[in-house]
Amino acid sequence: MLGPPATERTTAISIDGLAVAFTSRRTTVTALEGVTLDVRERELLSILGPSGSGKSTLLRVIADLIPASAGRVAVLGGTPASARRARAIGFVFQHAELLPWRTAIDNVKLPLQVGRRRAKAASGGEQADPRELLELVGLGDRADAYPRQLSGGMRQRVAIARALVTRPRVLLMDEPFGALDEITREAMNRELLRIWRETGTTIVFVTHSISEAVFLSQRIAVLTPQPGRLAGTLPVDLPADRRPEIRDTPEFVAVAAQARALLEGGARR
Amino acid sequence: MRSAADLRGALARGLVALSGIAGGIALWWAVVTVFDVAPYVVPPPGDVWRSLTGDFGLLMDNLWPTAQEALLGFAIGNVLAIAIAIVFVHSRTVERSFFPVAVFVQTLPLVAVAPVLVLMLGNGMAPKVVIAALMTLFPTLVNMVRGFNAISPQTVELFRVMSASKADLFWRARTYAALPFLFTALKIASTSAVIGAIVAEWIGADEGLGYLIINATYNFQTPLLYSTMIVASLFALLLFALIGIVERLVVTWEDDG
Repeated sequence: MLGPPATERTTAISIDGLAVAFTSRRTTVTALEGVTLDVRERELLSILGPSGSGKSTLLRVIADLIPASAGRVAVLGGTPASARRARAIGFVFQHAELLPWRTAIDNVKLPLQVGRRRAKAASGGEQADPRELLELVGLGDRADAYPRQLSGGMRQRVAIARALVTRPRVLLMDEPFGALDEITREAMNRELLRIWRETGTTIVFVTHSISEAVFLSQRIAVLTPQPGRLAGTLPVDLPADRRPEIRDTPEFVAVAAQARALLEGGARR
Repeated sequence: MRSAADLRGALARGLVALSGIAGGIALWWAVVTVFDVAPYVVPPPGDVWRSLTGDFGLLMDNLWPTAQEALLGFAIGNVLAIAIAIVFVHSRTVERSFFPVAVFVQTLPLVAVAPVLVLMLGNGMAPKVVIAALMTLFPTLVNMVRGFNAISPQTVELFRVMSASKADLFWRARTYAALPFLFTALKIASTSAVIGAIVAEWIGADEGLGYLIINATYNFQTPLLYSTMIVASLFALLLFALIGIVERLVVTWEDDG
């Protein structure tokens, strides 16, 4: 499935001067300030930053889970709320958040069983086949397994299949492989690239791993903490076909060094 | 999917439990014999066994009304508790205003409430059912409120991303999360309902295990008193075990290892 050339791609997510502040009884904590960022359609963009840099908050604003305090956020030409209601957004959490009483296949079906009328209206009844999705994530033979019978990596695959079942145009992933061991994580990274190519979904991927961000992304947005600001964006000019060995190439190392410089430059400021 | 090793383990555990019971009965017999305890104070096991078999008809005739009261109270109390818990989950205000009332009702001593209810509802089945229901209400209410809320903030976010309704969240997440809590509550309630029905019968009744206990005590029919206790206990145990079996059939997703 080949997309249109990069120059013709439209903007999927547009963020302009975004600020998010959390107000408790006495204090106000600024989680994000002055973030301006565009995500192109079919792009895989990573948001890289240390903990406390507001990267999860940014993702939650795009998903309409948290309101913006100031600034403007547009998703697929509308508000985040309209995109969410149109079922155009898929979300993958750090811990798979599967329902333990449902088998893998029933977890994947969940989004089709809730808010049904709106889902059908939005996608014209066009939904992915849950079984095909389980095969896409390599779990075709574990459809009837309960979450407790699956490993951490397998659970996260089910969560990805679940997020894709409404055929969302935007997939938001909040450190989805952060809780996995390094070997499983690298395998999952390759899987995700394959899924991204096969589905043509716009993906925003939050991570605190430089190597993961460089390996996956077409572009990296670097956030620095207290308050969360955008230190800069970094294009990743690596070949589309990324094998594990790419991590050892000078090009990969150079991009990783640039990302680190952006992170540290922000920290010193 | 039970393996032979599982079965052997279950058998071994059963034997250990049985030998415990046998040891207890042997100790009982030894103490009564060695210290020459009067049979009307503590009867020897043999006398109790003769009462259990000889008075079997009498025991069953009196178990039946108590069982009806306990089961009816159990059903009413639990349905009511679940209904209240559902309201509590959907309205914090109602929970804040009515939970103290529930706590207050729970703190009223049963032996004080029973006569009041007999005065209000007469000498029939009604006050016994109400007391059995009251006994089951509170544990189930507390457990169900906890159970309905036993979903993570991320699960709530997940349902929001899917634009799910409040009803979706309730029927597809909260109810399932509450089920293990429900069965814990039902197990507690099963024994409390039987206790509630028996104590209510002490206040005023002309049949039932509670009535039998009072009668046997005043007439120094101590073996009958003991066999009545055993029947009451076995009935509560049967209820408890039935709930355990249903739980295993329903809650299949929990790790019991």
